[in-house]
Amino acid sequence: MRPLRFGYATAPLLGALWCFVIATTVAVAMSFATGAGFRPSWLSLPWGALMGLACLRGGGGRPALPLGLGVVMLLASGLAGLSPIAIDPEAAPLARWIGVLATVFFTGVGLWRILDKVVPGALTRHVFEAAVIRFLTGFGYIFFTAIVVIPFYVMVMTSLKNQAALVQNPLDFSLDLGQGLGLFRSYVELMRDYNFGSYLWTSFYVSVLTVLITLAFAIPGAYAVARLRFRGQKVFSRSILLIYMVPMIVLALPIYIAFSMTGLRNTIFGIVLIYPVTTIPVALYMLQGYFRGLPSEVEEAGLMDGLSRLKVIWKITLPLSLPALASVSLYVFMIAWNEFLLAFMLLDDPGKFTLTRGIASLNSSEVPRQHLMAGSVIATLPIMVLFLGLERFMTKGLTAGSVKG
Amino acid sequence: MTEPVPPKGMGPLARREARLAWGLLFPTLAAVALVVILPLLAVFWIAFKPIGLAELRPPAPVVREDIRGDLEEGDPGAYLRYRLRNSSQDQAITGVTLTDTWPEGLSATEMDPRCTLEGSTLSCDLGDWEGGFRDQIRIPVAADPSYFEGPDVEETEPVITGKANNVLTSFSSFTLENFARIFDGSEFWSVLGVTLFYTVFGTAGALIMGLFAAMLLDKSFTGQGILRGLYLFPYVAPVIAVAFAWILLFDPYSGSANALLMQMGVTSQAINFFGERPLALIMVTLFEIWRYFPLSFLFILARMQSIDTDMYEAADMDGASPFQKFRYLSLPQLLGILSVLFLLRFIWTFNKFDDIFLLTGGNAGTRVLTVNVYEQAFALSNIGAGAAVAVVIFLSLILFSLFFFRVMSREEGL
Repeated sequence: MRPLRFGYATAPLLGALWCFVIATTVAVAMSFATGAGFRPSWLSLPWGALMGLACLRGGGGRPALPLGLGVVMLLASGLAGLSPIAIDPEAAPLARWIGVLATVFFTGVGLWRILDKVVPGALTRHVFEAAVIRFLTGFGYIFFTAIVVIPFYVMVMTSLKNQAALVQNPLDFSLDLGQGLGLFRSYVELMRDYNFGSYLWTSFYVSVLTVLITLAFAIPGAYAVARLRFRGQKVFSRSILLIYMVPMIVLALPIYIAFSMTGLRNTIFGIVLIYPVTTIPVALYMLQGYFRGLPSEVEEAGLMDGLSRLKVIWKITLPLSLPALASVSLYVFMIAWNEFLLAFMLLDDPGKFTLTRGIASLNSSEVPRQHLMAGSVIATLPIMVLFLGLERFMTKGLTAGSVKG
Repeated sequence: MTEPVPPKGMGPLARREARLAWGLLFPTLAAVALVVILPLLAVFWIAFKPIGLAELRPPAPVVREDIRGDLEEGDPGAYLRYRLRNSSQDQAITGVTLTDTWPEGLSATEMDPRCTLEGSTLSCDLGDWEGGFRDQIRIPVAADPSYFEGPDVEETEPVITGKANNVLTSFSSFTLENFARIFDGSEFWSVLGVTLFYTVFGTAGALIMGLFAAMLLDKSFTGQGILRGLYLFPYVAPVIAVAFAWILLFDPYSGSANALLMQMGVTSQAINFFGERPLALIMVTLFEIWRYFPLSFLFILARMQSIDTDMYEAADMDGASPFQKFRYLSLPQLLGILSVLFLLRFIWTFNKFDDIFLLTGGNAGTRVLTVNVYEQAFALSNIGAGAAVAVVIFLSLILFSLFFFRVMSREEGL
């Protein structure tokens, strides 16, 4: 590390790496956006090294040098073909210029910020590591955003295109906006021919029922474990965790057999019967943690004033724990909405499918893939909207009890 | 004056409280017992039974009744026919009896030796049936005019009963064959190896990625909330949706990932990401990491934000570099939550079924124990063997949990 701790070594090295990262990012983004061939060029390494040197804080710390180099880079890329990203000739001129401009701009701005306080001579360990960390942070943002966004981007875009166009060029996600509402024909067909409206409704009411039943069981149970003293309380709060470590597939087998024998298989009633049981332990665990945190003095005051325990729960504890109830409800709703295994094993009749089971039935070679993706979007969208709208509750709920996956 | 002593045992108030507690817990206990404990016992039971998917229904005698010939015409050859059959091809039913109610006006001109007619009730003693048994009872009948006014004879369902040995519920016919079958050969050990690889690397990978993501977001800047929400997407979205999106993205023929890699010159021919032997396992592990890093990230971030900032300020005063601060301050503080998360996620990854089932169906060397349960029970129609695998899973799980609670009581972070 020691020989690297000189501005003249650190700056070009980080510069070259950063420019390559930016070139790759821009190339991937532009490929996905236009379908034309963009790829990072090896020229990005020397360009980045130069830019790194230009960003060294030698003089007054004004970005004149990097700005000048940026313009030179832009002209060299556009006119002489010495670009940090290689672009196939068939790409539209606008796309080419956007690609080059984005690469140069983000390389320059990024390096200017990364190499803050990095001077041409020897660096202190603090400055050097801070620069490396800023580089890694920038890379981290790009990396994580890319891996999260790309699958969802592919999902949404595929649902809006037709299969033939995608097979021809799998990268071309550009949309033909000329067709207007025709873009959404996969969704229209799913709703009209594949009964997705009814699946959506089934999923919705099954999830809501699951939330209600779960709360009805979990609230008294959690209160008892958190507040009341009885023999076996310790063992009990432990075993809650234990129970939700039992894998569903182990239980699914006997449940399948029992449901087949009693005729509950293939009924929504059976599903509503079984979903809450998978969520009660989680809800109980989350709620008891919250109830413990509530000040017991308030409840005792209620008891002194002549309320019974149940009244105390109803009139004092529950109103105080509304935020926790919201978190738990959201989390349970999410589990029920996303549940796949039980719905897949227990439901055979297309009239009774939940959304996830409906999507599974689309996975065949006869159904075009944009339908499959449109179904996925239909299933994902409500939960995302709910999640983004109530993110505060959701995050709290997730941290409180969601060691489960 | 007597020395005051603390009360011994339970007072009436304490007893009332305990009673209320059990009352509040009872519904949950009952539900859990019904759907968790009972099925677990059932799994153990079934694991020792030679039972396939087809034998879920016990063998039963089946009867179909119809009238041949035209009674209204006074056809002398008319007869009532009971067609009998054993629903099972290989198991016997003993002591089969048939009873049926005849409507008014119908009379038998000749009686089958196995049957008797008392009043309007026909009862037949049909003895024992071998597996695959088929027979008919033909009773020549004549009808009065009154018969045509009342209900048809076919409208009353004949009742047939018999004793059959139900493999599922009988207390005999236990076998170790299921275990012998699943432990037989190298398949089981390869499944176990795949499971361990998937679990260890999936858990560790998700944890490390979560640590990095948490470090990225452990500072406030504009857009932090949006990024935090965005990074949770993989976990919040339905598994079936994201699994199919991955399959599509990495499709060997029309997948964008392959097109991108080919265009960048990384590979010259399409890679079958989910179809080749070592690669498919790596891909499902990556999917697991991708899907569950948000969870570790959320927990680690919560812990990070609760670390006292004074410590970092003190370290700054002492001239510690950023890496040193991470190594000597943050990491020891995070070790507790990391170990608890690792164990919990380890157990959960071990239990994971949906992800691999949807991505590869357990093909191309990705069959883990949980997928093996499904494979044995439903694809190979051998419920017993599936249950045996489930027992193996459950026992390994108990092992992990014991270890987990050891660590947990030390950390008690969660």
